[in-house]
Amino acid sequence: MAGAGARRRALVRVDPLGAVLVAAGAAALIFMPFVLLKANRIVPGDPRELAQVLPAWGALGCSVILALAGAAALWSEDARIRLVLALAAVVTVALCAAAAGDALTPPGNQVVRVAPGGAFWVLIVCLGLLATDAATRMRPGPAMRVGFLALSLAVVGFALAHGVFDHLSVMREYAVNAARFGREARRHLALAFGSLAAAALVGLPLGVLCHRVPRLRPGVLGTLNVIQTIPAIALFGILMAPLGALAAAVPLADRLGIRGIGAAPAVVALFLYSLLPIVANTVAGLKRVSRGAVEAAHGMGMTGWQVLTGVELVLALPVILTGVRVVLVQNIGMVTVAALIGGGGLGAFVFQGIGQTAIDLVLLGAIPIVTLAFSAALVLDALVEVLNRVKG
Amino acid sequence: MITVEQLSKRYGETTVVDEVSFTVERGAITVIVGTSGSGKSTLLRMINRLVEPSGGRVLIDGRDTRSEPAYRLRRRIGYVIQGHGLFPHRTVAENIATVPRLLGWDARRIEARVRELLTVFSLDPATQADALPHQLSGGQQQRVGVARALAAEPLVLLMDEPFGALDPIIRAKAQDDLLDIQRRFGMTVVLVTHDMDEAFRLGSKVAVMSGGKLLQYDRPAVLLTRPADPFVSRMTGLADRALRLLSLITAGEAALPGASDGPAVAPTASLRDVLSELLWCKAQSARVVEPDGTVRGMLTVAAILARGAP
Repeated sequence: MAGAGARRRALVRVDPLGAVLVAAGAAALIFMPFVLLKANRIVPGDPRELAQVLPAWGALGCSVILALAGAAALWSEDARIRLVLALAAVVTVALCAAAAGDALTPPGNQVVRVAPGGAFWVLIVCLGLLATDAATRMRPGPAMRVGFLALSLAVVGFALAHGVFDHLSVMREYAVNAARFGREARRHLALAFGSLAAAALVGLPLGVLCHRVPRLRPGVLGTLNVIQTIPAIALFGILMAPLGALAAAVPLADRLGIRGIGAAPAVVALFLYSLLPIVANTVAGLKRVSRGAVEAAHGMGMTGWQVLTGVELVLALPVILTGVRVVLVQNIGMVTVAALIGGGGLGAFVFQGIGQTAIDLVLLGAIPIVTLAFSAALVLDALVEVLNRVKG
Repeated sequence: MITVEQLSKRYGETTVVDEVSFTVERGAITVIVGTSGSGKSTLLRMINRLVEPSGGRVLIDGRDTRSEPAYRLRRRIGYVIQGHGLFPHRTVAENIATVPRLLGWDARRIEARVRELLTVFSLDPATQADALPHQLSGGQQQRVGVARALAAEPLVLLMDEPFGALDPIIRAKAQDDLLDIQRRFGMTVVLVTHDMDEAFRLGSKVAVMSGGKLLQYDRPAVLLTRPADPFVSRMTGLADRALRLLSLITAGEAALPGASDGPAVAPTASLRDVLSELLWCKAQSARVVEPDGTVRGMLTVAAILARGAP
């Protein structure tokens, strides 16, 4: 009797996050289309429910797995069960969308588009949040987190390479833009990492200088702070005039690609935005280094350079890397806007898509950008944690 | 031998160390004692040029410390600070190996030296060499700090309040260890403290500083019996100066010829401890006996009391 009472109480006590996400997912399934069938890439779609696009056994299997994941989200206390079921549901929903694409596309037709609908996106987001929440409850170590990321990317990459999603609208856009996609993705990474490298090259010494000469600190950090507050588009605009003038005056600059529009103002703007987190974190990291260790290092006869590189910067590294993480995630996002001034990158697809009201093309740019930013954040967080752990 | 000649340090209008001169004998422990702000740490840090003097000079074994780059000078001088200053990201063995590595010793010599020092400082080479500093106790961290300072066999060891962060029991042990280590390696030690008990316990000579000036530099007994300045007697303490004086004399030095049936005391015990023992046993005299049983003589309460005043 006591067991039955406890079970009844457990049924009443639902997980609050799980309840919200299950409610959202269920509402989306009922009120929103699972996929949209479009006659071509720009017309509004024709809604299709999950049950309409899948054979009966498929729809039933999908419903069962979603129901299990929902039940686990509501009542299970075991994070592993929650995680496994949420991931199984993500895979199921993705495969259902792929199956819908295959089923609705007439053979050989390159014009019809099957786009994931509102229900698909809401389900993916809700299940993704559930999986993230469950994974967080398990407190995975840094290696585990990076490993999980790598595995997920490998699975998605494998599915994409084998054409599982080829009949979905975003992949249709990819097929049309395949050659350009690789080029823009490489350019995106080059812009993000290039401006980060330049900022690190300038920011680290500047941070060390600000730490050594406290008088410089308010001026330098204040200036960089002001730069941070300028919106990206405005900064591009501000840079256009001087860089354009430079290109006009110095033919060599023009030949090197330094012009008012294009990659040059984008890199300069990203570089300027990147300086504050790197300089500020270098100063904060150096301030955190034990004064005893620095004093002892000098007292034992290390040269100034040996103290800086062997003791101070090593001990400040976790804090500096936190700054690098901020910069990298910020840059991956901000490079998108560089496409507006001809800087290229994945943002080119986003803005081209907006211009053509082709939402699939927007997604072709946006999804990789989000994935890149998320992966960069996760990897650098793990690195910072490892370094902090070494130091105890 | 360290010779300090009219050493001064000024920051703008403020004089932190004011024309201080003294000589530290080779193989002696000199303690610089003073209140905070007396300039004692600055004086110490001018010996290894962590602070560059505004005037005067320091000679180590007759050689001006400014005749070579500061970092080269410091590699020949051990340096220990309060709170150990160990590198948190390096293991105990790596910490100890710091200066030998800077000097370019070969790996085998470094390893042998690290092993030797770990043993001398009662740390286990097998388990603690690869530990990180935060995994050790406070007393062990402090010992690693001293071991690191002695790694390259310096002839001079500078210590800036080395035991300030330790609790009293561990501090007493660390002080005993320092005396042992000094006897073993024979280096010249200059130690800064604000604790007069520590100064009397460790110093063969004590320098009392106040307001940047060296008020008196002499053996501890002389500071008690012939203070050069009222501040010196305030520092040494007036209320218990007789007992302090007794604590500086050993039973072996004071022993008188003759026999006694009182309690046995070791020749290394201080007269203060012997007196305490006699009071406790309600005895009038004690036998001074070597550990091997040889009788060195005897001490009476009256004889002890006679030594308690100049």
